[in-house]
Amino acid sequence: MITTSAELRAVFVSKTNQSIYIISIVHLFELLCLLMDIMPSLGKALRELKNVCVQWRHRRLILRKYCQQGICLFFVNELKDSLTMEKAVYIHLVVPSSVKLLIEESVLSSRKRIQCCGNSAGVRNIVLLGNDLILACACTIGRNQNMFLVIPAINQLKSPFALLKSGKVSTEREQTLNRRAIMPCASPRLYFCWSLYSKESSDKGSYLEGQFPHETNLILVIILLSHFTLRCFQNSNISPVTIFRGDLELSPRVKIKVWVYKKTSEEKFPTLKKYSDKAPSTDKFATHEIKVDYEYKMADDPVKVVPPEQRIKGYRYGPQVVPISSAELEAIKFKPEKSVKLLGFTSVSNILRHYYMKDVSIFIAEPGNREATLAVSALVKAMKKMNKVAILRCVWRQGQGNVVVGVLTPNESNQENIPDSFYFNVLPFAEDVREFQFRSFSGLPASCQPNQQQEEASDKLVMMLDLAQPEKPEDLRPDFTPNPVLERFHHVLELKSKKPDSDVPSLDKTLKRIIEPDPKLLLQNKAVIDEFCKLFDVKENPKIKKSTRRLWTKPSSDGDGKNAEVSLNDHGVPSFNCEGKPIVSQIGDKTPVEDFKAMMARRDGVEWVNKAMKEMKSFIYDLVENSYEGDAYCKALDCLIALRKGCIVEQEPKQFNDFLRQLCKFCQENDLASFCKFLVSKQIMLIPKTEAIDSDVMEEDAINFLVKTEPATL
Amino acid sequence: MKTRRTDSIRTGSTEKKWWCFSSTLRLRCSALSTRGSGDQHEESHFHVAIDCISKSLKTQIIGRSNDEVAICFFNTREKKNLQDLNGVFVFNVVEREHLDRPTARLIKEFDCIEETFMHSIGSVHGIIAGSRENSLYNALWVGQALLRKGSAKTTDKRMLIFTNEDNPFGSVKGAAKTDMIRTTLQRAKDAQELGISIELLPLSRPDEEFNLSIFYADLLGLEGEDITQYIPSVGEKLEDMKGQLRKLMFKKRKIRRITFSIVNGISIELNTYALLRPTVPGSITWLDSVTNLPLKAERSFICADTGALVQEPPKRFYPYKGKNIMFTTEELSKIKRVSTGHIRLLGFKPLSCLKDYHNLRPATFVYPSDEEIVGSTCIFIALYRSMLRLERFALAFYGSSSHPQMVALVAQDEITDSSGQVEPPGMHMIYLPYSDDIRHVEELHMDTNAATPRASDDQIGKATALMKRIDLKDFSVCQFANPALQRHYAVLQALALDEDEMPEVSDETLPDEQGMARPGVVNALEEFKICVYGENYDYEASTKTESDASKKRKAAAETAAMECAHYDWAELCEGGKLTGLTIVELKYYLNAHNLPLTGKKEVLINRIMNHIGKA
Repeated sequence: MITTSAELRAVFVSKTNQSIYIISIVHLFELLCLLMDIMPSLGKALRELKNVCVQWRHRRLILRKYCQQGICLFFVNELKDSLTMEKAVYIHLVVPSSVKLLIEESVLSSRKRIQCCGNSAGVRNIVLLGNDLILACACTIGRNQNMFLVIPAINQLKSPFALLKSGKVSTEREQTLNRRAIMPCASPRLYFCWSLYSKESSDKGSYLEGQFPHETNLILVIILLSHFTLRCFQNSNISPVTIFRGDLELSPRVKIKVWVYKKTSEEKFPTLKKYSDKAPSTDKFATHEIKVDYEYKMADDPVKVVPPEQRIKGYRYGPQVVPISSAELEAIKFKPEKSVKLLGFTSVSNILRHYYMKDVSIFIAEPGNREATLAVSALVKAMKKMNKVAILRCVWRQGQGNVVVGVLTPNESNQENIPDSFYFNVLPFAEDVREFQFRSFSGLPASCQPNQQQEEASDKLVMMLDLAQPEKPEDLRPDFTPNPVLERFHHVLELKSKKPDSDVPSLDKTLKRIIEPDPKLLLQNKAVIDEFCKLFDVKENPKIKKSTRRLWTKPSSDGDGKNAEVSLNDHGVPSFNCEGKPIVSQIGDKTPVEDFKAMMARRDGVEWVNKAMKEMKSFIYDLVENSYEGDAYCKALDCLIALRKGCIVEQEPKQFNDFLRQLCKFCQENDLASFCKFLVSKQIMLIPKTEAIDSDVMEEDAINFLVKTEPATL
Repeated sequence: MKTRRTDSIRTGSTEKKWWCFSSTLRLRCSALSTRGSGDQHEESHFHVAIDCISKSLKTQIIGRSNDEVAICFFNTREKKNLQDLNGVFVFNVVEREHLDRPTARLIKEFDCIEETFMHSIGSVHGIIAGSRENSLYNALWVGQALLRKGSAKTTDKRMLIFTNEDNPFGSVKGAAKTDMIRTTLQRAKDAQELGISIELLPLSRPDEEFNLSIFYADLLGLEGEDITQYIPSVGEKLEDMKGQLRKLMFKKRKIRRITFSIVNGISIELNTYALLRPTVPGSITWLDSVTNLPLKAERSFICADTGALVQEPPKRFYPYKGKNIMFTTEELSKIKRVSTGHIRLLGFKPLSCLKDYHNLRPATFVYPSDEEIVGSTCIFIALYRSMLRLERFALAFYGSSSHPQMVALVAQDEITDSSGQVEPPGMHMIYLPYSDDIRHVEELHMDTNAATPRASDDQIGKATALMKRIDLKDFSVCQFANPALQRHYAVLQALALDEDEMPEVSDETLPDEQGMARPGVVNALEEFKICVYGENYDYEASTKTESDASKKRKAAAETAAMECAHYDWAELCEGGKLTGLTIVELKYYLNAHNLPLTGKKEVLINRIMNHIGKA
């Protein structure tokens, strides 16, 4: 099968139109199946998804350098029966096809063929298909199997699920399908993406959250499909290894068999090897590595080198150093027996959150051991009910040099087929606590005490800048937030592999959401924020010499209620805009034309005009590309007119003319010729010389441009 | 007996601290061993004082070895002090100033001072009627002179007085007495004005309580109620000094000053502190085992291709797609620098969003400061109170250059008890993991066929009963000493002081066996067990589910043991014929004797030879 075949890429594209798109990425130890609905409603997200896939692949290349991987792209259609599909799938899986298609290209090329299609009857079948796909490879692959179903939570989905609900599921055939296809998967995670574009979602959510995972044995994760959340696909999936297998001793007589794994473990920035340029450039086999060698020399006699066996460890004791040989050290070392023992239970309030010292482990009952699972479950539920935690003393391995005292907290599983478990956090020892005293806040002078008004303003701020609003999935959940440094490293790595002297780019726009507050959230709560700023006053201490590096600003507020806006740009330098308008630094979905005008009007930097034009152009592209039966054409037209006007004012006719030409070309290539027609009907033309002196277009050409191009598209 | 001990000084700038004990002895002390009926300690006062000083020295040398100490006795027969005053003896050892850091030798010799004391120092009646000598005055004078070093602002200077004589001028009468009292009090006052705090550790006689009001209340400046409260607090202090945990002490020091940008460019100033950090045995100094002199490590870079010695190269590389991708160190730091070195507010979330597994490292404590930005504290307190009230934490991005990370700022209310502040008010910065750092382990062993078994209400009830039985009521996080660390310190002390036997350090982290054996607890455990496992559950039998790997390992060990018996290893070893064997054969031996199997052939042979040699 696919075990040793080199890069395996295959593409299967059906002729007819369907809205399901599957990408499955396969390699030796891992299998990922992406099931994507690319209905127009997913629109923008699709491009993001494409990026994610590309980056995912890069990541894989980095993490598992020695693994071969393949990517199969499927553009699936007519899922009357998953079995027939299966064949197609298998055929293309086993044959290391010579069809070379990278994701980027294929996503774009397939886009051309996609027409909107309201019927997505195959969602469930698609899941089955994904499973078949995974199964097909599972015999050789083994562990990590993931399936991602990316569907927008909009009305169309109701029908297939309603169909399932109405009893048709229970036909025998469906049941067998269910069992056969879905169950053997070891641990499929199903991500159900909550599209940004859907407003209401409660009713279909209920099915997806309730019965669906139960029927299919999948883990359902609902994520907000915005910018970077899809990056959670990139989870590195390190094969987990237990750190302990054995008894959790409640007492010498009562024990529970448990396995302990790491739940969190920091993924560090990779260590890079030092490069040596000493090897001649002709040497193909040069490793270019550098070895680091340590030599120990007498402090007062730098010539004499002491061999390793003559060295002895010394520890400070007061001003002296006491030598202890490693044999001595070994003989007297503290050597506890391997065991995990209960010390007792205590109330949750005795363990403050900040006592947690390290990364977290998870205790699960020994798999397959029914009694142990029951015992763990009973304790978890009792702990939850009583608000208790357990204190444990752990020695994970025989020969471990120390004991670990930690706290066991309950982790009640909300899914039926996942057993209850415990989280384990290490607690500090008496030696680790530093007893520093701090002044009590109530004892501070009155100038440091907020008054009632200020407290109210701060209450409001805390309530309004809410990242976990009840009707939306939680924003910036650690579980779905990628590490921006690693992301950037991978990005640079890829860039450099193509062009060795490329510079480090500035942080990706989507990643900025992790390091900066969401401008939308700030804008929504502008009133609250302004109130807060008005009530609190910060001043630089005049006695301290001003250090230019410090980043802080004081919002100056004047009598007539106009607050001077202060914002920080990328370099941490405050920028002022005293016109009393909010600063617009990008074009939003709501008021693109206004945003554009505001940006063009900004006078605090030359780059804003160019930025505004650039953003406007890409915004128009998005509108046109994502429009469904021309619903966004009007909006796009408004934007186009605004852009045209802006270009005339700024004497940049070429910018607009080139853009319009490109746009038309794009539309014709992508089955969007209707937009060109629309433009003609609205009499949009290029900017002629009469309107802007720099233009190289004659008036006549300008008018006829669209008319001329049109026949070509028909 | 009367002992006196002066004390501790600290310099902030150099991080130097001094301790200075001075103790004195009066003649009567030897006769005054406390064999009273009510007293269970059959120790003399002198012994108690010596023991206490010795123990606290041993703690101090580990905990704050930069503190400096002097010990002086007063009411002594011999005299030894710079001022050449009568009745005062400063105890010291060679290679050490009078006031200096404690050394192993000081502790060692001080430990055996009781044996030699009468002979080498001797004690006399303190102030003899008619004589003009005032040994307490002299001692204060010497102590003050010793503590001259270091400025009062930056050092913490203390003088501890151990004594069992509540009426030092009892034997003197008339004008001489008033005069002596006056001069002594003046002396003490002068010392206190110089920034030296004087503490008294009185040792009561069994038949009479140490009466502070006769003299010492005036010396210490105690008034009214303070006097009655002083004695009990001293008892605690004394116990504390003896039973102190060997623990590294840290001076309160901020890690870093950071700017917290809240909204709209409003930024406040915060100081960060490390309140919780794992303590490790001190750093290792490599020594030459022949001379015991310290060694210096030297690093050199060698090119793996040519073997040439090179300078530290400016470039790094990372293999990717079969190529070596080059990075300069500047580029790498640029990649890591995703944000300015400040902390930026992203929003707020309810505390329930902070899960137990959202943790990577010990938290950092933040406390506001108005030093550079006036008004910081006010904003901080307002937010802090709102967060406490609304049960929310702040999500922020901390863009430190080495470790940019998302953090949760959790407000912590101040907690105090009778002994003072337990939890300071402020916020704790908890480092959150990224999606890259979280593993979904629980899904690995998902039951694919059916729902997993869940505990019944009865079982939960039994577990609840169990929890009520084994309840650590006033559990405090730092009640356990680190047994490995304490062992290390004890060993270090034993080696440094040439103690004959290795000390036994008790492991406080073991479960309370007596408590667990209480019938109530045993019953609750038993009921839980029966409820979950059933009556006749064979615990061991159920766990015979060995993994394939362990089966394989066992099988390998068995065959190895069998094969191993076919060779005469001792002979092979002596004859140097081990090299003639194959690695597989060598591994039979290693496997059969439970030795590591890794390494090259040479290493394996060495390992076998070592093992046979030992046997």
